[in-house]
Amino acid sequence: MSISGWVTIAAFLICVIAMTRPLGGFLKRVLEGERHLLGQIFGPFERAIYRIAGVRADEEQSWSHYAFAIIVFKIACFVVVYGLLRLQASLPFNPNGMGAVAPDLAYNTAISFLTNTNWQSYGGETTMSYLSQMLALTVQNFVAAAAGIAIAAAVIRGFARRSAATIGNFWVDLVRVTLYVLLPLCVVLAGFFVFEGVPQTLLGSVTVSTLEGAHQTIALGPVASQEAAKLLGTNGGGFFNTNSAHPFENPNALTNFVQMLAIFALGAGLTNMFGRMVGKERQGWAIFSAMSVLFLVGASVLYWSEAHGNPLLTSLGIDPSLGNMEGKETRFGAIGSALFAAVTTDASCGAVNAMHESFLPLGGMIPLINMMLGEVIIGGVGAGLYGFLLFAIISVFMAGLMVGRTPEYLGKKIEAREIKMTMLAVLCLPLVMLGFTALAVVLPAGLSALSASGPHGFTEALYAYTSAAANNGSAFGGLTANPFWNITLGLGMMIGRFFVIIPVLAIAGSMAAKKIGVPTPGTFPTDTGLFIGLVIGVILIVGGLTFLPALALGPIVEHLAMLRGTLF
Amino acid sequence: MALFRQIRPAVTIFLSLSVITGLAYPLGMTGLSKLVMPEQAQGSLVRVDGQAVGSALIGQNFTQPRYFHGRPSATTGPDPADPSKTGPLPYNAAASVATNAGPTSKALVDRVTAAVAQLKAENPEAVAAGLSIPMDLVTTSGSGLDPDISPQAAMFQVKRIARMRNLSEDSLKNLVDDMTERPLMGWLGVPHVNVLALNIALDTLHN
Repeated sequence: MSISGWVTIAAFLICVIAMTRPLGGFLKRVLEGERHLLGQIFGPFERAIYRIAGVRADEEQSWSHYAFAIIVFKIACFVVVYGLLRLQASLPFNPNGMGAVAPDLAYNTAISFLTNTNWQSYGGETTMSYLSQMLALTVQNFVAAAAGIAIAAAVIRGFARRSAATIGNFWVDLVRVTLYVLLPLCVVLAGFFVFEGVPQTLLGSVTVSTLEGAHQTIALGPVASQEAAKLLGTNGGGFFNTNSAHPFENPNALTNFVQMLAIFALGAGLTNMFGRMVGKERQGWAIFSAMSVLFLVGASVLYWSEAHGNPLLTSLGIDPSLGNMEGKETRFGAIGSALFAAVTTDASCGAVNAMHESFLPLGGMIPLINMMLGEVIIGGVGAGLYGFLLFAIISVFMAGLMVGRTPEYLGKKIEAREIKMTMLAVLCLPLVMLGFTALAVVLPAGLSALSASGPHGFTEALYAYTSAAANNGSAFGGLTANPFWNITLGLGMMIGRFFVIIPVLAIAGSMAAKKIGVPTPGTFPTDTGLFIGLVIGVILIVGGLTFLPALALGPIVEHLAMLRGTLF
Repeated sequence: MALFRQIRPAVTIFLSLSVITGLAYPLGMTGLSKLVMPEQAQGSLVRVDGQAVGSALIGQNFTQPRYFHGRPSATTGPDPADPSKTGPLPYNAAASVATNAGPTSKALVDRVTAAVAQLKAENPEAVAAGLSIPMDLVTTSGSGLDPDISPQAAMFQVKRIARMRNLSEDSLKNLVDDMTERPLMGWLGVPHVNVLALNIALDTLHN
């Protein structure tokens, strides 16, 4: 560990804090339909889309209509992405002659992208045509992220409004977030990436004659445009197989730093938008603080772990000063890789710049825990915020139980219906993660895909379903997904997305209908250090404790085995 | 029914946003990049005497003792003898891949043990001088295309190259030092050397 490493972590957090307020302010303007400069320039496009769609911007939806709209939209996404992948061999923009994607892989990829998971069962440069990368995958990087932000906005409206029947219009939220938030930021970010060396071309691969006279074929493509959307929308599906470890996706330490900021930017901004929309920015900062504490703890442990050499290798006489370099890139080193791993799993992004499978056991456990907590540490764009609000509801409920008062959050009474819906959403994740893992490690079709044996093989399976259900998308990449895995992971991703979205929208609907009470001396304040501490405790106990036995069987036992010098 | 009324907006909005974000945006960025930054947009190719010899960002396989070597690479490709089979093809930039070896896997420890033995055999002078084995030279990278090595890894190879090319060790150490990229602002990033750039500079120095 070095001082520059700790400075990097501190500088990163300071940059995130600095972005949170301006982004939150802009997000609120867009989602509340207020006037802004971009709206004046691109307004005609927005209105044209509504005309074609037969949508009225001022017509709002109840929570159930909002949910219907999302489901129908996702079905359309699935059909088109699946179709494009199956037919890519006969479509244009395919200079490297990629064949059709296999049915189970096309299904898995379509689900993966529309749920904002972006698990890569495919190898980008060896499977996808340029058209598939642009029209199937990049589009989903936009609209899946926009849908997440739209849902978060709808949920916040539920808390902010009083005695209301509607929570917004999904189509309007979707179009506005795509046109005014994601697209402009992506154009700027993609331009920066090209400047730093990320390719953006429709030409096919080039072959060069190397210094030693061998031939090297170098895959290119429209990478930068995909890359920007991959990060800002916390999507994570890379253009290349090795994702942000590939020098063409992430050429240097500066792009690495900017990529991490892009992953956190909108999720952090949404905490501030929340505060502004419910009328008190402090409420947003309280959420942001709880998230930051959890982020710092995870990032520090990860850095500590990866800055040390693997004792099984250093005993061969290798210098440990660079840290654990298996699966890492020299230009990022231990700090750039460890911080990226913490950020990408906190934020449900799933882009990777180092192979998580090759981290030391405790270093690999942190990404796993970050996902198991339900992706609420900044979290996926939108999903992180509404996931966090579920834990906030449980926290005020527990506080209410302790003092014997009806729990309230932001002046709204939390009643039986909300608690039931919250528990439904919170409990479905461990059920999917642990249930499918248990299935996979007893069935031959599950076991045959694992590359590692012993506790590491178990962790590989656990990581896969955890990543799928949490809609993260990063992997212990040794797993070679076969049809069993493609199908069960696809199911896990769908359950992890929709069994959270629907209860969350139901909560938003019932919250919107309630009155806002006046705070009394007995009201539990939700913008103080006490509340922040309580939420962190609830997240760790409710979210984390469920998984302790599984962690003990995987990374913890592997760590002990490593210290004893056992190999598998 | 509410569900059916959503079909028209679902289809039309999806198609409109697809045209904007899936065609106009990437194709527009492609055109703009070609105009403003054509070198970077097309892979940052490095030319020696007008011939493209590689990309500034992508590592390539160096095996000759007269060149600095990069890190082990896990990429594979078609076997030259029998193209229907795949075999090791280090630094295959058409198919990036990592080993994904776990920290306690026997395969990892066996592979690294072999890499250490090979490195010692190739660099007897460095071993005799008591230089310790740099971690990056015996472990594979995340992409299999890592263009860089640590300054320690370059210094470890200086004595061998000095012998192979009849150059003084000091001139080579200065070269490595000149080619080392240091952290931005003193903290962002880790020191590293681009192996292709270093070897091109080495050829220039030698001639």
